[in-house]
Amino acid sequence: MEEKIIVAIIVSAIAFFSIYAFTPVLIKFLEKRNLTVKDVNKIGDVMIPRPGGISIMIGIVASEIMLYLFFPISEILAIIITSVLGFSVGIIDDKKTMGGWFKPLALAFCAAPILLLGAYDSNLNFPLFGSVQIPSLYLALVVFMIPITGNTINSVDALNGIASGVTTIASFALAISLFILQNYEIGIACLCLAFASLAFYKYHKFPSRIFPGDSGAVMFGATYGAIAIVGQVEVIAAIAILPAIINSFLFLSSVKKIVEHRQIKNPIKHTDDFKLKSTDENHAPITLVRLLVAKNPLSEKQISNEVLKLTMFSGVLAIITAFMMGVRI
Amino acid sequence: MDVKIYSFIFTMWILMLIGGGLMVLIIGPLSLGSIGGVDPIILSGIKVGLALVLIFIWVFALTKIKNWVFKSQIKS
Repeated sequence: MEEKIIVAIIVSAIAFFSIYAFTPVLIKFLEKRNLTVKDVNKIGDVMIPRPGGISIMIGIVASEIMLYLFFPISEILAIIITSVLGFSVGIIDDKKTMGGWFKPLALAFCAAPILLLGAYDSNLNFPLFGSVQIPSLYLALVVFMIPITGNTINSVDALNGIASGVTTIASFALAISLFILQNYEIGIACLCLAFASLAFYKYHKFPSRIFPGDSGAVMFGATYGAIAIVGQVEVIAAIAILPAIINSFLFLSSVKKIVEHRQIKNPIKHTDDFKLKSTDENHAPITLVRLLVAKNPLSEKQISNEVLKLTMFSGVLAIITAFMMGVRI
Repeated sequence: MDVKIYSFIFTMWILMLIGGGLMVLIIGPLSLGSIGGVDPIILSGIKVGLALVLIFIWVFALTKIKNWVFKSQIKS
């Protein structure tokens, strides 16, 4: 156990400090090359460097490789390769805006390392009731899981700090759940993601100094999904990111098709004092942010904080679910 | 912060727990033994169909709750 604690400290430190140290360098590099986008929720032409996914990739991959050196198991290797593939899909979308179907399809292929390395168990575990064996159906679940988590995290990347903040809270909740279930190696792998997203949150929180871009947000989601599968905590992982899932659900149930988010009408608009309020457009999609500002206009910082509070709530539900895994009715 | 959005998340959680229970207790052990000689692939297809019905009910229930939350947010 002592060895695992030491490894956890080492890899968490690598994940956190590599991103903490490298991101300012990346910000300067991107600014120098004019790789910036307008922050639409700020007064004036505030330009923010993008994509920060490069920094996130370095932090996650470096820490997970170090973890693999300590615990050379196929599950960790599957997480590393899936993360890199997720980053590759995102960076393509950063460079060239692809159609709405590109990311789900491309991310489905990112699940291949998990299948090829056999880093999964076809039992789906539920709290209170036990597990169900669904060998064929589970393969489909593995293929769907990475696109779902990748797109879900990417779709909440609408305001400063939300994507990295949601990933940080959900990953810590998932890591705690994995430790409760005594799956220590994957729990430590999840800590790498948690500390990597925490370090990036320092620069991404309101007011953002860098945006993760699709490469960063999709990589967060793909890594999270891979950990959920190889750690056999799919249900708990889904619960921990319920606010982000609600956002995707609200969006899909109002738009009723898969489209690139840039192609739809903006569901929010600005007040004179640059707070955000719900649009009057009937055909604009309902999103989590629109739901939050439906009653009263809120500032970007207030909305970010509300989303993070909702994620903390769902994180607590995820940890309760982990405890319930050991209980049988 | 409106309690309705927290209730929405809580309801989703409860629906996931109930859905898991139905999967484990009803759909998982389903064997159609009384009919006899059912091909495992057909049985697997039936299970997938039942799982999809569950998901449809889940999405339908959440859509109703979502509409109720959004409308009540606008009215208040």
